Amino acid sequence: MSTSTPQSTASAEAPATGTARVKRGMAEQLKGGVIMDVVNAEQAKIAEDAGAVAVMALERVPADIRKDGGVARMSDPNMIEEIIEAVSIPVMAKSRIGHFVEAQVLQSLGVDYIDESEVLTPADEVNHSDKFAFTTPFVCGATNLGEALRRIAEGAAMIRSKGEAGTGNVVEAVRHLRQIKNEIAKLRGFDNNELYAAAKELRAPYELVKEVSELGKLPVVLFSAGGVATPADAALMRQLGAEGVFVGSGIFKSGDPAKRAAAIVKATTFYDDPKIIADASRNLGEAMVGINCDTLPETERYANRGW
Amino acid sequence: MGTSSTPVIGVLALQGDVREHLIALATADAVARPVRRPEELAEVDGLVIPGGESTTISKLAHLFGLMEPLRARVRAGMPVYGTCAGLILLADKILDPRSGQETIGGIDMIVRRNAFGRQNESFEAAVDVRGVEGDPVEGVFIRAPWVESVGASVEVLAEHEGHIVAVRQGHVLATSFHPELTGDHRLHGLFVDMVRAKDAPGSL
Repeated sequence: MSTSTPQSTASAEAPATGTARVKRGMAEQLKGGVIMDVVNAEQAKIAEDAGAVAVMALERVPADIRKDGGVARMSDPNMIEEIIEAVSIPVMAKSRIGHFVEAQVLQSLGVDYIDESEVLTPADEVNHSDKFAFTTPFVCGATNLGEALRRIAEGAAMIRSKGEAGTGNVVEAVRHLRQIKNEIAKLRGFDNNELYAAAKELRAPYELVKEVSELGKLPVVLFSAGGVATPADAALMRQLGAEGVFVGSGIFKSGDPAKRAAAIVKATTFYDDPKIIADASRNLGEAMVGINCDTLPETERYANRGW
Repeated sequence: MGTSSTPVIGVLALQGDVREHLIALATADAVARPVRRPEELAEVDGLVIPGGESTTISKLAHLFGLMEPLRARVRAGMPVYGTCAGLILLADKILDPRSGQETIGGIDMIVRRNAFGRQNESFEAAVDVRGVEGDPVEGVFIRAPWVESVGASVEVLAEHEGHIVAVRQGHVLATSFHPELTGDHRLHGLFVDMVRAKDAPGSL
């Protein structure tokens, strides 16, 4: 494990790994792209061939985790290694919230990003993992700005909306992304006196709140996740300000995964061109059936996990 | 196209860290704009190919009819600068291409993708770049490629631990690392000068 601090920069001597710049910079390279959930090497290759910028290796897609119930954990290392072997694009994998040993295992396997994910069953109901303790960068979910900034304060190098994974319903991702963008816009108008109270209200470190107020954006890349099922969903999230999209169950729970995956990639790049989105939306076969989020009991809402 | 004093430089915006390049180019006194379509490519004096996933970028370039126009413009002498994935796309040959992975080409070199390793091996190091005055450049290497070998007409601008990480062949420039992720825009300045020189009356 690296002991280098995230702020360390290049020196004339030894090359520095695990710095904030290489962790956050990795996410910058994924922008404008689609990260797809896959459960085996064959799906990983389909995703890569369709133009995915990365794959998320997991044992069950969220829709199946919902269906099966029980405790959802980190995937089998064999399965993750098979996927790493199968593709040349980056491979991400999920650890449970606060389960820093699962994260240590994922780092030792050489995954390129760790998703400390609410889709798995949380291992700690108070603490998230200390992400500065790792060389491998982390992406974390957020439903609002305060939550995003708390994750960044713990070392997250990328943020995604939580959405409501495994539903095929984009409504929660829209809510979370709008919430984050609105709160950032509000901070833009604050003067220095107001930023202290804003930090208190957001329950986030003042320095990060000030940085967001100055930048007008998060200091890390912001993706959308949770419920994207169609090319138009992906383009909607981009137009709402997401710098890229995660697609979970939406691809491999649909009728023609290869075609749908390629179509979502096209719509994510040309998110502001309705003609291209229309073409990408033609003849995709069955979309995943989906779940109405307002019929979902509170206890089955993954977005409520994490604090 | 721009005047010789303020060149218009595009950033290939199919996927990758486009925003950072647009900012770096603007800081280096160019008019910078994203390029996703053939007609947008036709309007720029030079082009940056950003970092990103080379397989994704080449697939999208092919799908949206940009590959041939890109090759034609590079052949015709348009200045191009590629970082990381951009370096791979400007290589005449990839050592271990994914099946069907095409490049634009322009530099007589063979590149090895992810040569420095996976993300855990990504690093920052100071790099001396020929043609960049002053302190070494802060090199940010992310799952970075290196150049295995170059042809006689290619100028090697920088090496890291014995591996070639920056090259130039005439109007085409490429680095394994990402100057756009640092506040140091000297390499973008060098590229803007290349575009300006190309654009100047009497050149060609």
